[in-house]
Formats: sequence, C-alpha cells, structure tokens
Amino acid sequence: MKKKYDIIVVGGGHAGCEASYAAAKLNFNVALITSNINNIADMPCNPSIGGTAKGIVVREIDALGGIMGKIADRSHFQIKMLNNSKGPAVRSLRAQADKKIYPQEMLKELKKLKNLSIIEAMVEDIVVTDNNITGAVLENNKIINCKSLILTTGTYLKSNILVGAEIKKEGPHGERRSINLSDNLKKFGFEILRLKTGTPQRIEKNSIDYSKLKPEYGDLTPLTFSFDNLPLYDINNQELCYVTYTSPETHKIIKENLKKSAMYSGNVKGIGARYCPSIEDKVVRFADKERHQLFLEPESKFTNEIYIQGFSTSMPYDVQDKLVHSLQGLEKAKILKYAYAIEYDAINPLHLKPSLETKIINNLFTAGQINGTSGYEEAAGQGLIAGINASLKLQNKEPFILKRNEAYIGVLIDDLVTKGTVEPYRLLTSRAEYRLILRHDNADLRLRKYGYKIGLINKTQFNKIIKKENNIKKLINELKTKRLSTKSIPLDILNKIKEKQLTSGYSLYEFVKRPEIRLIDFINNKLITSRYSEDIIETTEFLIKYEGYINKTYKDVERLLKLEEKQIPKDLDYDKVKNIATEARQKLKQIKPLTIAQAIRISGVNSADISMLVVYLKKEYSKNE
Amino acid sequence: MDTTICAISTAVGTGAISIIRVSGKEAICIVNSVFSGVNLTKVNSHTIHYGFIVENNYKIDEVLITIMKAPKTFTTEDTVEINCHGGISTTNKILEILLNKGCKLAEPGEFTKRAFLNSRIDLLKAEAISDIINSETEKARKLAINQIAGKLSEKIDQIRKNLIQLQASIEVNIDYPEYEDIEVITYQNLMPNLNKILFDLNELIIESENGKIIKNGINVVIIGKPNVGKSSILNAFLEEDKAIVTNIPGTTRDIIEGKINLNGILLNIIDTAGLRYTTDFVEKIGVQKSIDISEKADLIIYVIDNTNTNLSADIKKINKLKNKKIIIFINKNDISSKNNYDELNKYNLVMGNTVSKNGLNELKNKIVEMFNIKYLDTKDYSYLSSARQISLTKKAKNVIENAINNLNEGISIDMVTIDIKECYETLGEIIGVVYKEDLIDELFSRFCLGK
Repeated sequence: MKKKYDIIVVGGGHAGCEASYAAAKLNFNVALITSNINNIADMPCNPSIGGTAKGIVVREIDALGGIMGKIADRSHFQIKMLNNSKGPAVRSLRAQADKKIYPQEMLKELKKLKNLSIIEAMVEDIVVTDNNITGAVLENNKIINCKSLILTTGTYLKSNILVGAEIKKEGPHGERRSINLSDNLKKFGFEILRLKTGTPQRIEKNSIDYSKLKPEYGDLTPLTFSFDNLPLYDINNQELCYVTYTSPETHKIIKENLKKSAMYSGNVKGIGARYCPSIEDKVVRFADKERHQLFLEPESKFTNEIYIQGFSTSMPYDVQDKLVHSLQGLEKAKILKYAYAIEYDAINPLHLKPSLETKIINNLFTAGQINGTSGYEEAAGQGLIAGINASLKLQNKEPFILKRNEAYIGVLIDDLVTKGTVEPYRLLTSRAEYRLILRHDNADLRLRKYGYKIGLINKTQFNKIIKKENNIKKLINELKTKRLSTKSIPLDILNKIKEKQLTSGYSLYEFVKRPEIRLIDFINNKLITSRYSEDIIETTEFLIKYEGYINKTYKDVERLLKLEEKQIPKDLDYDKVKNIATEARQKLKQIKPLTIAQAIRISGVNSADISMLVVYLKKEYSKNE
Repeated sequence: MDTTICAISTAVGTGAISIIRVSGKEAICIVNSVFSGVNLTKVNSHTIHYGFIVENNYKIDEVLITIMKAPKTFTTEDTVEINCHGGISTTNKILEILLNKGCKLAEPGEFTKRAFLNSRIDLLKAEAISDIINSETEKARKLAINQIAGKLSEKIDQIRKNLIQLQASIEVNIDYPEYEDIEVITYQNLMPNLNKILFDLNELIIESENGKIIKNGINVVIIGKPNVGKSSILNAFLEEDKAIVTNIPGTTRDIIEGKINLNGILLNIIDTAGLRYTTDFVEKIGVQKSIDISEKADLIIYVIDNTNTNLSADIKKINKLKNKKIIIFINKNDISSKNNYDELNKYNLVMGNTVSKNGLNELKNKIVEMFNIKYLDTKDYSYLSSARQISLTKKAKNVIENAINNLNEGISIDMVTIDIKECYETLGEIIGVVYKEDLIDELFSRFCLGK
C-alpha cells in the first residue's frame, strides 16, 4: 500500500468496480478500498444482470468501454430478450448471472490492471483541505492520500438488518458496516437520506417440487451484452427458472402477522421503493388481487440456492417458514437464508453536479446506492461516469456529461441531480422520453465515439462502428435505389401484402416501410446483393419502419438541445429574479441548474417561473454581450 | 419587471371618464408625487381618494385615485388607477406627466402579461381577458368570462389525465414484461380509450368552432353573376339593423362589407359586387377571385336571378363549393320563370325578392338554423376561442388519429406512447403548463394596450 494515490475508490460493488476499472485504464494510480476482498462485485440480491432499461444500460457501459457487459457474458447461465413483442425501442437483455462466477471473473479482470491496488479496509472518514478532497481515513485512523475520491459505499453506511422485531447492526449477509462515514459526511454539509430495500429467502434447490411449476427458458438465439464478445455459452444448455404464485394461505398468514413485520411495526425508518415492494406491501396495497406471481431463479451452477424473486419480506423467521411453505411447489422447501429488510444511509443526490462530483467538496465523487439508486446496473453506470469524470478532472478536461437524448445513463444521472429522489431510484424505460433513439441495438453507434475520445475504447473497436455506420448507409441506399415493378414482386412477399391492388412499382425501401413486410424477405429472395450482418439488418429495418416516429423524436430532441444551449450562469443570484414562486426559487437555489432545459425538469418549477428566469437572463446578460 | 408601467386603460377619446392604470413597485410613489390631496403613500389598500393631478403647481385635472397594494391586485404588484376626465388632451397630458416621472409606457398586453408571469392567472385566462376587451357582442363577452373562470382548463385537464392514465398502463406493460398478472395492454383495450380521447377532442373542436362564431361572428360571402341582386341583399340586411351597421368599403373598390347582429351573433357580410366578366379569360379570374374570398367564408349566399334561363354556369360554380355551407337565394321570384331547380334541391334553397323584402326573413331563419344560433344562445359557453387554441387542439386530434391508424396497421404499443405524449404536451401548451420558448411574447404582443 502506497501513501498516495491519484484516485481512491471506496467500495468494491458494481459502481466501485466500474469506477476503478475506468480510472486505472486511463492510467491513473487507483486504490480500490473494500471492507472484504471476497465481496468484490458481489450480487447480494437478485441473481440477474439486465432487465428492462437496465439491459440497455449494460450495453451503454460496454459501448463506453466499461466492464459489466463483458463479465456478464462470461458468467450467465440463461439469457433472453425482453419485450420482443412490445416494440423494438423497448427491447432489453436480461441474463441470470452466476453469483459465484461473476465476482470471480470481475476480480480476475481488475487484477490485470497494473496500476490498480485493492486494499482491504473500512473507510470511516474523509480528509478535506480547502474544500478539496485529499484523503480517506481508515478505521485504524490511518490516512491514505489522494487527489480524487469516489464513494461507492452501497448499502453499507450505518446499515441495519431487520427481520421481524430483530435489528442487527450489520451490512448485507452479516458483513461489517461503516459506522461513522455518513455522520462525517453530514458534518461537511451533506443531507443524509435513510433508505430501505430488502431481499427474499434462498431455498435449497432439491427441496422444491418442480412438477407443479411452469419453467422459464432462455432464448434460442445467441445473445451478448458486449459489442466485442461472441456468445460464450451453450445456447441449448441454459438453466431454467420457474414461476410460482402466492396462495390464499400466503395472504392469510401475512394479514394475521402484519404487525410482526419490521416494515409495519415501525422498526423501519427508511423509505423503500414503490416498484419493488415487499410481499406484505403487495398484499396490503393490492388487497383485491388473488395471487402474486413469483420467480424461482438459481443463484449459481455451483451452489444449491434458489432465489424467490418477488417475495422479499421483513417478517420474523417463524412466519417466513410458514409463508414459504404456503407457496405452490415449495410446501416442503428448506430455507437456506431468510429474507430481510436493510436500511442504510445515502446522500441527497441534489448535492451532485451532472459529472457526479459533489457541489460541496471538490474532487469528491459519489456513485451507486449512496446516491439513492437501486440496482447493479444503475450503480455500474454511475460508477463508470464517476471514474471517467474523476480522471478527466485530473487531466484538466471538461467533464463528460451524457444528455437525456444520448443514453439511459444520461437520463439516470440527470434525474438524480435535477429531481433528487425520496425512494431508491430505479431506471424505467418510461423515464426516458427519447427512448426510441436510446435503443439496445444502437448503444454502440450512440456512445463508442465518446468512449474512444475518452480513451477507454481502442482504435479497432472504434473502426468497427464506423464500418457499421457505413454498412447501414449502404444498405439503406441499396433499398432506395432498387425498385420492383408490380410483376416482379416475389410470390411470398406478394402474398404478405395486405393491399392487393398495387398500382405501380415501389422501391424496396417503400416495401420495408409496410408493417407486414420484413427486410429479411428481400434477403431471402436474393434481391439484395451485398451481405450484411444481423445487427445491421435489425437497425436498418428499424430506421426505415419507424422513420416517422424517429423524426418526431429528433424534433423533440432539437427543442431540448436548444434549451440545453441556454446556459444559466453558475453565480446567478435567484433572489434577484423577480416574481418566481417561493417553492421554485428554493429548488432553483438548491439545484443550481446549468441550463434552462435542466431548470424546466425540476419539479415544482412551473412554466411561468421559467419565463421569468428567461426574461431575467435576457435582460441581465444580453446587455453585456 | 422592476419597472413601473402605465397606460390609458379605457378607449381613447370616448366616454366621460378615462382611467390611467399604473403598476409596479414605484406606482404609489410616482402618482403621489404628482397628486395634490392626501399622502397616498400612507393610505390603506383598496381605497379611493379625491384630489388633483398637478404639474408645476398647475392643476391639470380633478381626479379620483384608487390605491391597490400588492399582492391583491390584478398584476399582484402595487397598482394605482387614476380616474380623470375623458378628453384626449387631458388624459394624454396626465400620461405624459407620469412618463416624465419615471413610468414606462406599458407595451401591448403588459398588465396581463405581468398577471400571468406572477402566476395570478393561467394562459387561457390571459387570452380570455384579451377576448373580453375585444368582444363585440354580449355572447362573446360571456364566453370569455367563462374562460376566466377556468372551465376550459378543467376540460383540457381531464383529457390530459385520461392520456396519462393510458400512458401509465402501457408503460407498466413495458417495464414489467415478466409479470403475467399485469393486465396486458393490447390493441383491444387500447382502441376504445384512444377513441374516447379522439371523441372528446372532436367535441372540443366542434364546440370551439361554435365559440369562434360567438366571438368572431359568421363570415357571410354573397356571390353570383352580375346584376342578380347581391348588393340588394346586403342592403336589405343592413337597412334592418341600421343601429349597428358599419359600412366599410373594402380595400378593393369591388368588395363591400357590413356587419349585423343576428340573434346576438355577428354576421360579417361581404358582397363581391362589381366583378364584371367581359371575356372568358377575365371571367376565369373573376370566378377565381370570388372563390378565393369564399374560401374564408363560413357561409356563402349564392344568388341566382330567376329570370336567367341559363343556369349551367351557376350550377358548375355551386358544385365547386361543395365543402362550404351554402344558401342559394333565388331572386326575383315574383317574375314567373320556367327554370327547374331540381338539380339544386340538395342545397338550402330560399326563394325571394329583394325589392319587396320577400324571403329575407326566411333567409335569416335559415342562417339561424344552419349555425344552431338559438342553441348557442342557451348553451353554457366554455369553448376554445382563439385560433392558437383551436389549431393546437386540432394538432392534438391529428396525433391521436395517427396513433389509431398506425395501431390498426399493426404498429407496436411502444410507438403509440410517442403519440400519446405528443398529444399530452400539445394540450399542455394550450393551458400554458408546457413551456414553449416564444409563446408568451408572441401571445402578449397581440393584446391591446392597457389591461
């Protein structure tokens, strides 16, 4: 262990891994400090990577040069594409990642980085000199110095584990927690939030009666998160998940024992997420629902633990026994680990700039659950951005900020630093207003150029997307120039066409625009001369079919960018802007939006307030020009 | 809005009393400095004071001053109203004194703009105030007052709420695809909801077209061959309503306009008299010109001379106007004719005679019937009435229609959310909750000076 590093990353979870990886790749001396080296890249909750919106984040991380997608490709035992039927823009990958393999592979990858040191220690304080971060204070009062520090503490800040009436002062799965760090952050002026999340039971694999349960399969087409990987798994040999349901008995047990739940007894002080409720929450809030769907997911090929997705609870152990046994197929199930709720400290993300640097202390960055988010992917995305921006700042470069029209990661961070959060924040496709252009299939086209400029993407990887872009253009051109007369339409295509009287010939492009015609039909009929890979065909077809909607989205984006251009001076005194509503003024003062576009997104700031602000800026700042 | 603004709030030159309004931080101070009477800076809010406006110790006018302190005023700023004598010279003199003392002359609509920007009123209400000021009939005034009461905002709000609910049910499907217990949103349950929204928007548009009629009146264009009695119809209308007639010669010598009040609704009658067709070529231009004018018409009265036996050209022209509301007036019905009007039976036909005024009441009744004027009289008014509002509503309607069409063609539900969102934002623009850059300046520039 050295005395001084360029960048210290506190915490070895998904945010910490990405941050360390990026900073070390960018040639900085990095120390990753974790309380337990065996817990690096641990998945303490669900055994999956991806999901709606999240799967796209993993691809974005990969496009920018992050690591999560590559490790996930090496370690999953089932993968599928979600939302195939609901539209190409909302498709997203989800994989069942092996909880044993994933951390191993991550650690292997991190150890390859020569300028990354992994230190096992508990950080309890930070050192700040003249508003600049200069070091981390360990449990034994030793100080490690740094130029920049990234906090990715997950759920470990002053965490409590709650089961029934029992409160244990520890982190997930009995790990040690950080006792003083959040209190020390408070002293520097950070507002501390108390949040809550939870995890369900783990069941012994062989104690489940699968004969009663419906299996869930992986997809039979090869899929990868990473743009650089070929599929590394055996498509025909994927593990199964199963579906089960709560029974009337389950609901009866919950209602009878509700007061024993930590959530309902008043023991839990933290705020949980609405979209990820405990089973007691679901039963209470949706009282008229007869049953709730649950998924049984294997945690690893190398352990015998099965995770019950959707069954998280803070009921006491004896009630949990009854609850698990009330489920179809789990009548004789053996519980290996009980469910629990966990409370932890986070900072109010409104303290952050869009670069994820704190507004209070220079060169201090935060990422992941400490910023009020939930989810491995959300954490990893922030970790990557924090790692990049900590590095860029040490290089005296402008911060890297993804806009809402560029990436889900941009939406996530903008939401956090503009709107803040009162509950653990999860990304949803519905949060992305430009999701039509933030797709799974174009993450590389959107972001690789940035990764290349930053230095996390190499020339070969970059050239690949240039080639992809050119191929898409070429294919579109081919489709536009090649025409079919009514007589020369191949029979199988003609049979598909709904409108029977075609009055004239059309270009292939015009045919592809029809909902009933697929681009692959022309390829099968050898009407397209050059060969194109599947991803080119997928993206091209999308661009043609949904041209109208895509153009609509770009128009919206244009409006956004115009407003993003309207910058608000950092030193603006909002007290001088007349006639802004009191609530709006408070919010504006606290958040200090960088642009008018950001100001518009602040809840509680209405259009009249914005008008006042615009008028004021015009008046005050145009006269000096 | 640091400046204090002033303007004459009453119509210039008419009426016994004029009101000059002053609004802003310095309003009371400035007026006090030119007022001889009590010290206005010491009086209570919402009180009236007698005295004189003075300049260099000369009394300019005897006035009543109303003091209204922030925030309970129209602009939410300190506001002073000076009631002075109504002559142009006195009023202008007082205004000039105020300007010399540091007031700025209000830009058109600036008082309302301040009220809006200070969150005193929403955008619809702001537009409504402009409508009240410009309203020419009692019905138009009522319509505008209803908008101020916010009924319209409520209607639009309700449609927006329905859109959000629909959006939410689609989003939940997209964000939680693994759960079977979420009601799957399909074509079948999306369609009725979209149709309902389309229906509501349509209703709003139809009602708004009525609202437009109440506010702006009905544009009636009289066309027909030369010397068939077009001008006589105009004159006959105008003669009966002399009191409110304003005869305005058009910019072209050939167009005459007149306004009458029909059961409380304004008719703007345009006579395309004097178009002479000497050659085929000119006739072409002439026909084109009357068609151009009739493009803007809400109603066309097509006049045919009963004694004219060659109707083919008339019928041709009438059929060209098939998208318009038309009344065909057969003039000179006192002279017998062998003409057969069967071919025109699908149109509204009125027989009459402009000399004896025969058929004129029937013509009016027809108009009342065609535009539901009696119905408008009893109906509760809460329509969109500005062109901006109506065009935005039409845009919202088109977006939903587009969504329905695409859904019928098998587009995925994800795309539909883009249309729903656009519709939602467009409606938000109407009530001013969605920020659009130039909207506010553009809007207020239309407002009249004063309020």
